[in-house]
Amino acid sequence: MKYIEEFQNPDLARRLLDDIHSVVTRPWALMEVCGGQTHTIIRHGIDQLLPEQVELIHGPGCPVCVTPLEVIDKALAIASRPEVIFCSFGDMLRVPGTGRDLFRVRSEGGDVRVVYSPLDALKIAQQNPDREVVFFGIGFETTAPPNAMTVYQARRLGIANFSLLVSHVRVPPAIEAIMQSPSCRVQGFLAAGHVCSVMGTREYPELAERFRVPIVVTGFEPLDILEGVRRTVLQLERGEHSVENAYPRAVHPDGNPAALAMLDDVFEVTDRAWRGIGTIPDSGWRLSTRYRDYDAEYRFSVTGIDTKEPAACRSGEVLQGLLKPHECEAFGTTCTPRNPLGATMVSSEGACAAYYLYRRLDITTAARETSPVA
Amino acid sequence: MCLAVPGRVMDIEERDGTRMATVDFGGVVKEVCLEYLPDLQVGEYAIVHVGFALQRLDEESARKTLELFAELGLLQEEFGDPWERAAEPGDASSAGGADAPEEVQQ
Repeated sequence: MKYIEEFQNPDLARRLLDDIHSVVTRPWALMEVCGGQTHTIIRHGIDQLLPEQVELIHGPGCPVCVTPLEVIDKALAIASRPEVIFCSFGDMLRVPGTGRDLFRVRSEGGDVRVVYSPLDALKIAQQNPDREVVFFGIGFETTAPPNAMTVYQARRLGIANFSLLVSHVRVPPAIEAIMQSPSCRVQGFLAAGHVCSVMGTREYPELAERFRVPIVVTGFEPLDILEGVRRTVLQLERGEHSVENAYPRAVHPDGNPAALAMLDDVFEVTDRAWRGIGTIPDSGWRLSTRYRDYDAEYRFSVTGIDTKEPAACRSGEVLQGLLKPHECEAFGTTCTPRNPLGATMVSSEGACAAYYLYRRLDITTAARETSPVA
Repeated sequence: MCLAVPGRVMDIEERDGTRMATVDFGGVVKEVCLEYLPDLQVGEYAIVHVGFALQRLDEESARKTLELFAELGLLQEEFGDPWERAAEPGDASSAGGADAPEEVQQ
């Protein structure tokens, strides 16, 4: 248990780890759904502190990573229009579309602005009534309610020069798709804590029962991850498969009722394509018919986009937990954060970025040691 | 953007018919919408994501998380200059700068 002293509470971390080590009797594969959790795990070497039998598989929970290339290309096309002020979270600036990214669009003269909140984009629309302001609305259940509220406010305030390019995704259908895959190895889930802060836990019991898989709602700090792993492994060793909340300080079983009501009003469930994975039924949200006027795709009718996925990028397999980032041939060679092939390398929550940032030295050393020419 | 950061409500006011607050995130101050936690009061803590308070949090949990985030450089990642990071993508671009891999022991 080297470097356990780096934990915020090393004594508690040691106790949790001792517990996990003492109960494990055979191999288990757990998936952490959220990219934020992946970064905590890799940054603190939690996977290396766990018993060898416990494998953590990285899930598709990075909103930037799962946004399809086609949607990125639509964003780039809209952002290039002279009448448009294109607003986005900073994470999207370097995500490669076909041939370029938002950063490049801006350097070519596009009016691309980074905002902290979607409400900032609405403010920009109020201040620029002669321009079209488009906000790039990506993200999971945590980000969808703020974007829904922004559209609601746009209509309430009569702001007509604002629209949303929507690519929202939902976690439970993704869990279902992962479990239904013939190559699935996942036996337990660490569910994304902040998604459940909004949604509560009501969507999970049916999944846990149907796939006989434990689902433990887990936070983002190192001790949260250890507690999530401990509870999941305990269930697996006992042959149980229930939903547990290991993040009660931020997750109420009913979620956030006001946010849920707004989601119901502004969005409707739709099939959604996930980068590298394909279309998952009912896995996303789009603006409901009542809010169609605020849909940027409807407003700008972007057509003629020739989307080309880089053949060498295996991010789809990484996002499904079928491939570890460093097992990809392009990892660290033709694909780096400076020159990413796919979003999993460029996003601050991407699994490939986590491995590159925190494991590069280990992996490089290991590769040298095992290389026949070294 | 996935990061949700605890913050303390400093003051509350109605703006354009919307309940808004000034929130302190360990020194960084931002405007935050309270429409999803309408009964949140001055002095209380909440988990905030992209400018929206999503769930109430007790003070001790909030303080611990904020300290940890500051230590890991995550507050800089959330509130720092994204153009600067985008202009120089690479090792230190998305993990808080101060913790480039050369400085991280595994």
